[in-house]
Amino acid sequence: MRWIWIDKFIEFESGKRAVSVKNVTLAEEHLHDHFPGFPIMPECLMIEAMAQTAGILVGEANKFQEKVILAKIKKAVFFRYVRPGDSLRLEADIESMAPEAASTCGKILCGEKLIAEIDLMFSHIDQNLGGKSFPEENFVFTDMFKSLLQGPAFSETD
Amino acid sequence: MAMSRDEIFSEVQEVLVEALGVDDDEATGEATLMGDLGAESIDFLDIVFRLEKAFGIKIPREELFPIENLMSNPEYVSAGKMTETGLVELRTKMPHTDFAAFESDPDINKLGDLFTVNSIVNYVESKLNAA
Repeated sequence: MRWIWIDKFIEFESGKRAVSVKNVTLAEEHLHDHFPGFPIMPECLMIEAMAQTAGILVGEANKFQEKVILAKIKKAVFFRYVRPGDSLRLEADIESMAPEAASTCGKILCGEKLIAEIDLMFSHIDQNLGGKSFPEENFVFTDMFKSLLQGPAFSETD
Repeated sequence: MAMSRDEIFSEVQEVLVEALGVDDDEATGEATLMGDLGAESIDFLDIVFRLEKAFGIKIPREELFPIENLMSNPEYVSAGKMTETGLVELRTKMPHTDFAAFESDPDINKLGDLFTVNSIVNYVESKLNAA
């Protein structure tokens, strides 16, 4: 993962479920253009936030031994706008898991309100793509994102 | 309770409509997954996951779509065609498939055409009957 788009995990149940938070701020420059005078979070970036939440959940299930990449957006339905100041809650559940891939289903909420439903598929690329070889090092899960795996969701005491 | 072939067919059809974003009138029995319905490799896994859920069955890796391993074996594939040995192996591995057209011209580029909506229905039917 080369950029981090979620702020923290608040729940993490290995191999099953993860819940993360993404706070949206007007300091994000793209909101000034999307759109001038009417800043709303682009839907593709909601998918990115879910892909990171669910992707880390899938990666952690195999102790980050696999290179996990987003392979398919099975479903992405958006119900409401997300505006600066909103705090998004991203809930991701693993639906199926196989040696070569995993599928997840997820919801994005703002408070009680449903913002989006996003179901994804991830590929474990070393087990897939007809024997093409990839670099040894895990370029998906670098040290950069590991700070996300610290904090209350990961420690016994708060 | 046993499901009828029609019930299995409509459930399979629903899986394909969801997984591939096609209309149900496109997902006819003879439709090929790759050629007619535009399935790509990741879609095959998606379909396997969805079938497992829809029918409450476990589909072992390589059982429904087993061609990848066969393709890399020189004993089974020679000069772009499936060999006799390969065809025998294929028939054993995919008993739910109609090979009539493929056997007359076993060009490996046409292997994808073996995966039709009917072949999935056959597979699920045999799986449910075995359970």
